[in-house]
Amino acid sequence: MRIIFYIIQKEFRQIFRDKVMLPIIIVIPMVQLLILSYTATFELKNTLISIVDHDHSVTSRELISKFKGSSFFTIVSFEESYDSGIERIKSGETDQLLVIESDTEKKLARAEKTTVFLVTNAINGSAASLMNAYAVAIVTSFNQELIAETLPGIQTAAAIQTETRHWYNPRLDYKTYMVPGILVLLITLIGMFLSGMNIVKEKELGTIEQINVTPIKKYQFMIGKLLPFWIIAMFELIIGLGFARLVFGIAVEGNIALLLSIASVYLLVVLGIGLLVSTISDTMQQAMFISWFFLVIFILMSGLFTPVESMPEWAQWINKINPISYFIQINRMIMLKGSSFKDVAELFYALCVYAVLILTFAVKRYKKVA
Amino acid sequence: MKGFAVQIEGLHKSYKNVVALQNITVDIKPGELFGFIGPDGAGKTTLFRILASLILPDKGKVELMGYNVVQHYKEIRQRIGYMPGRFSLYQDLTVEENLRFFAGVHGTTIEQNYALIKDIYSQIEPFKNRPAGKLSGGMKQKLALSCALIHKPEILLLDEPTTGVDAVSRQEFWHMLQNLKKSGITILVSTPYMDEASLCDRVALIQKGEIMKVAEPEVIINDFDHSLFGIRTNKMFPLLHDLNEFKLTTTAYRFGDTIHFVSSKDANPKKELISWLELKGHQNIVIQPVAPTIEDCFILQMNQQN
Repeated sequence: MRIIFYIIQKEFRQIFRDKVMLPIIIVIPMVQLLILSYTATFELKNTLISIVDHDHSVTSRELISKFKGSSFFTIVSFEESYDSGIERIKSGETDQLLVIESDTEKKLARAEKTTVFLVTNAINGSAASLMNAYAVAIVTSFNQELIAETLPGIQTAAAIQTETRHWYNPRLDYKTYMVPGILVLLITLIGMFLSGMNIVKEKELGTIEQINVTPIKKYQFMIGKLLPFWIIAMFELIIGLGFARLVFGIAVEGNIALLLSIASVYLLVVLGIGLLVSTISDTMQQAMFISWFFLVIFILMSGLFTPVESMPEWAQWINKINPISYFIQINRMIMLKGSSFKDVAELFYALCVYAVLILTFAVKRYKKVA
Repeated sequence: MKGFAVQIEGLHKSYKNVVALQNITVDIKPGELFGFIGPDGAGKTTLFRILASLILPDKGKVELMGYNVVQHYKEIRQRIGYMPGRFSLYQDLTVEENLRFFAGVHGTTIEQNYALIKDIYSQIEPFKNRPAGKLSGGMKQKLALSCALIHKPEILLLDEPTTGVDAVSRQEFWHMLQNLKKSGITILVSTPYMDEASLCDRVALIQKGEIMKVAEPEVIINDFDHSLFGIRTNKMFPLLHDLNEFKLTTTAYRFGDTIHFVSSKDANPKKELISWLELKGHQNIVIQPVAPTIEDCFILQMNQQN
């Protein structure tokens, strides 16, 4: 016990003495939380649209004014022809092109079918489908109004009407969705990088030689090495939750104690991976590269940005070994939904099994190497 | 006390295709100051790392205080102090923090064993709040020695402690070792500096992974059974080449600003040598008999083995 205390004391001394690392550990994660939460958003504001109006009628002007009135669209230009409109898209000055055919009003007056033509720049697929959906929504609601106006006798509302409520995130605010995920990312970075790098640093500087000839036992060394980063990551999670509450107004709906205790198990998984990386690498550069390789895959597949459900099946299988994916899910459930232990139990047990497996493996490997 | 502090018998160690140590057999008595003398790459560090239980021998028996390095490494680690050739303390911790840490992990305190390190540590104590990385080479070495001693080891393993240290600090260091010896610690030192051999009780001359000779330094010098001359002429550059072509030469090599010439056994070649050198065009020939040093013995040994 005393020996572990001495190692932990030494680790904290080294961490707090490092004038570069200390701010990296404490300040930068919070800055990242702020920046990423505000910027990593799929919300569309300011879609640039150009309009080709061949009709020049009251109806066409009314439709255009609907686009003008929408906060999603900014009309950048009125074009003479379809071709000049396409040129605008090509040059990147506009994202969408709305073409209103001539005789639209006349056809409508005769109760004939008529069409508008919508062109969307689909370089960014997910943005394009959103732009499309917004534009179609405007045209559809305009259509409804037209029918109600021109054919007052017909009960347009006879069909099924949909009313949408967004549960757990009523205003569909992306920050609410991102913040819990980014919090997970930050403690993962701290846990995986710092712990792995720390042990490799002792190897690289040769200080591990001196440690190895002392009667320090392997388990004491590992606990002494991992516990400080476990403490730092937990501390960071608590600060991050405070930030989420104060800056983004996202309170933890569920039980904070439950969230923290699951986080403590999750961190064991992450530290275990860090330890494993340290047994594979001899230099900090190698450790850095290996950690990054796994982290990038884990992060992109974690469901932080894109829903796991829409990935191909094999990818969902790979995700079974992605610890970040588990904890992002749990964290969102507890923070936003207020899920109880029963709801997250299955995911939690999976994390427990993971922690046991990875730590056993890492410790075994560590013993073999050192 | 058991018979030997360190007992090595038939030790082999190789890395892949490279043989690092072969057939090493040596016994070291308790309280001895024992030196392993040999050039870089002779296998000294490998030997010390095996003794420190950091790497495993391929073959042979290695015991420290009766404990085998393979099975009883735990007991050994309690009882040895190891100072690697490369400075391996924490550079970002202060002098005192380093010492306290190593005392702590050995389950002791600085105060408890202060008497043992007093001589050494008192010299760096004025800088105890300075990070270890900011110490000079000599001070680093004193700190490393203090840390290796703080748990009162029975055997001290010092791997090239004086490499890269200035002449004054080297002298000081050996003086400290002589003092430590008085407290009964067995000390094993490796060094590439031949002149340090005479400061040891006994030395092993080690070359290419093999021990050539184990004896007291005086005995090694006494065993030098050839005539040795220091030679200077007006043409130093071709001198070595010309000497090597002389029929009575055992070996010749540069030694400071002269060339040392070892004649073949029992010959007194002075006259023949002068006429040979004059034939080769040398003038102002100075030939003086010199007393052999450990370095001369080492080179002769090397020569006889080839």
